Amino acid sequence: MSVAINEVSTEVALAPEHQVVLDEILNANKDRPGATMLVLTLVQERLGFVSPAMQTYIAKTLNVPLSHIYGVLTFYSSFRMSPIGRHKISICLGTACYVRGGPTLIDKFQQVLNVKMGETTPDNRFTLEICRCVGACSQAPVVMVDDDIIGQVKPQDVAKSLRKYE
Amino acid sequence: MAYRANILISSEAPGADAVQAAFLSKVQDLQLEDEVQVLATTALMGAATQGIEALVYPEGTRYVNLTPADAATIVEEHLYKGRPVQRLAYVEPKVTPLPPPNTKEVRVVLGNVGKINPFDIEDYIAEDGYMALAKVLTEMTPDQVVEEMKKSGLRGRGGAGFPAYMKWTLARNSPNKPKFLICNGDEGDPGAFMNRSVLEGDPHSVIEGMAIAAYVVGAEQGYFYVRAEYPIAIRTLRVAIEQAREYGFLGQNIFGSGFNFDLEIRMGAGAFVCGEETALMRSIEGKRGMPSTRPPFPAASGLWGKPSNINNVETYANTAKILLKGGEWFSSVGTEKSKGTKTFAIAGKVKRTGLIEVPLGLTLREVVYDVGGGILNDKKFKAVQTGGPMGGCIPEQFLDMPVDYESLASVGSIMGSGGFVIMDEDTCMVDIARFFMDFVQDESCGKCVPCRVGTRRMLEILNDICEGRGQPGDIERLEELGKSIMRGSLCGLGQGAPNPVLSTIKYFRHEYEAHIYEKKCPAKVCRALIEYKVNPETCIGCTRCARNCPVNAISGKPKEAHYIDPSICIRCGICSQVCPVNAISVE
Repeated sequence: MSVAINEVSTEVALAPEHQVVLDEILNANKDRPGATMLVLTLVQERLGFVSPAMQTYIAKTLNVPLSHIYGVLTFYSSFRMSPIGRHKISICLGTACYVRGGPTLIDKFQQVLNVKMGETTPDNRFTLEICRCVGACSQAPVVMVDDDIIGQVKPQDVAKSLRKYE
Repeated sequence: MAYRANILISSEAPGADAVQAAFLSKVQDLQLEDEVQVLATTALMGAATQGIEALVYPEGTRYVNLTPADAATIVEEHLYKGRPVQRLAYVEPKVTPLPPPNTKEVRVVLGNVGKINPFDIEDYIAEDGYMALAKVLTEMTPDQVVEEMKKSGLRGRGGAGFPAYMKWTLARNSPNKPKFLICNGDEGDPGAFMNRSVLEGDPHSVIEGMAIAAYVVGAEQGYFYVRAEYPIAIRTLRVAIEQAREYGFLGQNIFGSGFNFDLEIRMGAGAFVCGEETALMRSIEGKRGMPSTRPPFPAASGLWGKPSNINNVETYANTAKILLKGGEWFSSVGTEKSKGTKTFAIAGKVKRTGLIEVPLGLTLREVVYDVGGGILNDKKFKAVQTGGPMGGCIPEQFLDMPVDYESLASVGSIMGSGGFVIMDEDTCMVDIARFFMDFVQDESCGKCVPCRVGTRRMLEILNDICEGRGQPGDIERLEELGKSIMRGSLCGLGQGAPNPVLSTIKYFRHEYEAHIYEKKCPAKVCRALIEYKVNPETCIGCTRCARNCPVNAISGKPKEAHYIDPSICIRCGICSQVCPVNAISVE
């Protein structure tokens, strides 16, 4: 009985539009060596996260234990299991950004957005995160909004710098 | 190049597309499109990166902080009328009385970066690209290549400094087949971005180096492991590999020699430990990136248990140049045991931050003051941190020490991949040690207990010290834990993790003592040990501090002196940064 419920819940949770994407990625990559990482990276790139239902589906198709998929997902920090806001703000805390005022920016962003690190704003507009060195150390302190790198960020400019992201 | 002039645009900042478009449209307006070529290159152009930049060749004029309107001006004035626009050109920051900057730079690996278009293989070929590969495949035996590499004295640029020729020979002599060639582009050290610049600005130099190494080792398949945080590098590399295939520099029967080699990109996913070679190979295999015991070394049993050769981006980028110009040419610069040039990323509290390439053996003082332009705001130098989270902090007394593998190791640091973070009197060394410990305990893969648990314990002690709960004996406990972690860990991460703590204890013990015994942070950084105060004499009551305070700890009427409530204040320091009259002090 409980097995049946599990199966049903998995089936329900995997949205058809997600399955289309998964099938496409899996078909193209499942026979390549080291497929797990490749598939998970591509899924994350396309859909933004890898939900438990997607994990089950991928494990079945690749014929590997679900624990293997879960193990890989939890080992690497860039994988997510739930969706994020429309824009991702990553405050760099690499060494250079740290000594040039990264921690101060954290306070300011938390104040401006009224959320804590790792949280998403109620309007789903921004997710606030810390990241490790984006390799733009000469412009420290650096904040990444989606793929844009904003350098030499001053606390007083924080609110202004976010205006263009809706 | 059939063009009279070239404009190269480089930027990490948003808006570069608009500037490029403005250049293009103005060039078309003035009907210069047959004479002037507008190229976008994403690589950094060197020290002191400033906003959106453009280089105009043949003069090499460097324009900085550009807007689309500036772009139009440059085309009209510089390219149409022949008058470089001084107003927008880069002016070196004043450095007196030291010699003019950058004269000590020798660009080998970065020679093409910011000069060629990374998206056009013909630009690379015009700079003698793939000539070395042609020479190697048609005129040289693998043993001759090894001999030349030996003469050059090139040591692995990933950090450990193992001679490249030796690694290649080991993999070459390994009987098992097939063999794999791997490029380690998982540049994870915070504060380091040398490899990123090479991958984005001159990707073919790395591909060519890999093909040469593959010929020596006997590998037909190569993997490029690049960290996911470098999306532009990955994009550039994809184009470069595609073009190299089209031109027959990758694929079957390269240069008609019967040698086959192809490359595939694999992306990391944000795990620092994957920069360690055995962990990196597990990651390519699609597993959790956990290091394994060596031996067996990758040369005997690496990727999928097959012999594998793995080198850093910069090591491969040097290879083609060595084989084209000869091993003696390369070994003519550098020190006795550390040959050639090395790229460094200079960051932190110096005037000119950015990327440099200098001969090994230059002194730290030359790097910090001549190339880096000295300390920001002419403050006092305190330490330079080299080698990333596994490196150490080097104090002022060693500033005249040459930068090479052995010297750095002798003072408790490492070369690492080449990140230099410069710290001034306002940097708290205990806080920095805590920062690195926070990093490594987060990135520890968890396999070895001393690393997994020990780094956490060290972090807890450091947190206590920074937050005013330090106790006598903490320093000794840190030293003891540090030594056990080094002895009991499998890979470089654990073995190096205590380094930042041990080196700061060694050279800045008095700062630890001040935190523990006097409950004071000499650099005024540790928040629990400082207090922000408004000087009522100086305060003009502009309300700026109160408006910017994240916790509303500041009260006061406009035009009257303000007051900070220490029980609410979180010591973030924003108020003192925004105060127009410097009325807020730290005690």
